[in-house]
Amino acid sequence: MKRFLGFVKKEFLHIFRDYRTLFILFGIPVAQILIFGFAVSNDIKNAGVAILDLSHDEITLKLTDKIISSGFFKKTETLLNYKDIDRVFKKGKTKAVIIFENDFGRKLISEGKASLSIIADGSEPNTATLVTNYTTAIVNDFTTELAGPVLNNSIRISPEVKMFYNPNLKSHYMFVPGVVTLILILICALMTSVTITREKEFGTMEVLLVSPLRPIQIILGKVMPYFILSFINVLLILALSWLVFDLPVKGSLILLLAECMLYILMSLSLGILISTVSANMQQAIFISLIGLMLPTVLLSGFIFPIENMPKIYDYISSILPPRYFIVIIKNIMIKGTGLMYIWKETLILIIMTLVFIGISVRKFKIRLE
Amino acid sequence: MNNTVISVHNLVKKFGSFVANDNLSFEVYAGEIFGFLGANGAGKTTTIRILSGLSKPTSGEVNVAGFDAYDQTEQIKKNIGYMCQKFSLYEDLTVKENIILYGGIYGMSRSLIRKRLIELLAKLRFQEYENRMISDLPLGLRQKLAFSVAVLHEPKIVFLDEPTGGVDPITRRQFWESIYETASRGITVFVTTHYMDEAEYCDRISIMNDGKIVALDTPENLKKQYNAGTVEEVFIKIARPV
Repeated sequence: MKRFLGFVKKEFLHIFRDYRTLFILFGIPVAQILIFGFAVSNDIKNAGVAILDLSHDEITLKLTDKIISSGFFKKTETLLNYKDIDRVFKKGKTKAVIIFENDFGRKLISEGKASLSIIADGSEPNTATLVTNYTTAIVNDFTTELAGPVLNNSIRISPEVKMFYNPNLKSHYMFVPGVVTLILILICALMTSVTITREKEFGTMEVLLVSPLRPIQIILGKVMPYFILSFINVLLILALSWLVFDLPVKGSLILLLAECMLYILMSLSLGILISTVSANMQQAIFISLIGLMLPTVLLSGFIFPIENMPKIYDYISSILPPRYFIVIIKNIMIKGTGLMYIWKETLILIIMTLVFIGISVRKFKIRLE
Repeated sequence: MNNTVISVHNLVKKFGSFVANDNLSFEVYAGEIFGFLGANGAGKTTTIRILSGLSKPTSGEVNVAGFDAYDQTEQIKKNIGYMCQKFSLYEDLTVKENIILYGGIYGMSRSLIRKRLIELLAKLRFQEYENRMISDLPLGLRQKLAFSVAVLHEPKIVFLDEPTGGVDPITRRQFWESIYETASRGITVFVTTHYMDEAEYCDRISIMNDGKIVALDTPENLKKQYNAGTVEEVFIKIARPV
């Protein structure tokens, strides 16, 4: 045991002496959380709209006022004719133009029908969709208010939409669990595979193997510090998301931490596996970054829903561990569910961990022969 | 002198159908410097791996430091030291930390490590380097230190696998002085090398070719037997038959 602890201490020294390792371990997670949380946002706030009001009556003014004062939009310009639309989009500040037809107010009152156009800047599809959705919602709301006194002859059903678990549809709810999933697998797999291949490359692995340390002690000793540091990372990310984004853990914190430990363990064993198949550090880095980061971002359901993908991507994603962890962490953090609803995903992660360890041990033995 | 520390009888090691070690038999005595020569691919590394407990023989009897190479590899590992061509020291740790690490791995007590550390630093005139990173040391010093670390736990045998590869002649000369000094303390030195002048320094040498030991004797006797002036000539006559 004393031999083992000395060995673990040495691994910590490696980590703390190398500022690059420290940066990857702690700098990247914090940066990722802040970048994803603030910069990558699906919410709109103060999007520029321009108004082309051909009617200019009491109702159009009221509606314009409602749109602008909603907090989602700010008025960039008041246009005078259709030719201005192209010009105002090209300037870039304006994301949508709202056009009221001639005699908008009169038609609405006399015929019960009037039309307005929303023209959005399609070169940014995401923003365009959001802007049109938000505007439509405000317009609908406005008609309903108006319908009370004026259009009482028509029957209307007005659905009241509520978002369960995330009432304000904040995007942090999506990004924080995603970032935890991405960061953990990336750091654990990358770091362990690099640290083990480094010993191979420098020839120190040979010396360790000849020493009385058992192979299992060598591997555990190398992995243990990363397990501890990754767990600290989880706590850091959760604290950050709670303090900065006000995103609490709805379910059991203990269960969440236990699941994180399982996921870290899985990622570490994946890292060991990568180290047994790669000849040098570059290869290990390459496999970990390209092989893990892209599929995790694109196929795990982190950003794009798996249900909307072609079947083949669904199959590919089903061998990716992050896919299961993302379900687990979202369920616990946001919906507050217990183990009862996520035991299947948990079981899959456990099996994956065992498989990775099994293959690594086999590979390791073959190398020793 | 005739105290055997390594005894090998009819050792065979096969990888599939390839025979890496073909019926080797030899003995190494306590306190001697045993040179283990052979061209690349002759099977030296395979033999060293078996002797150091990293790999198991296919057949034959192998006994190292009194322990069996089939099922007592744990004990063998505790009683040997090892140094390879690539440095076995960690460059981002200090001299002291490396010594503490290896002492710890070999199960030495804290106070014993401390004592050896002081002795070692004094012997190598290394005192001012105690807290320096290995990466700051010149190559020659690193190599001496790596060797001292390999024998820190006073093993019965130390295996040196091409320890002087890529080192200048003066450093090699100094390195051999520490090998002599170690052997004089009773530690057996089992060394492979490509430098034939180094083979002259050994008490006995064996020359391997195609998985077999084709010659084993003192350098003087081999030179007489093959009517050669140097070990190098002997080696060429044996390993590269015209």
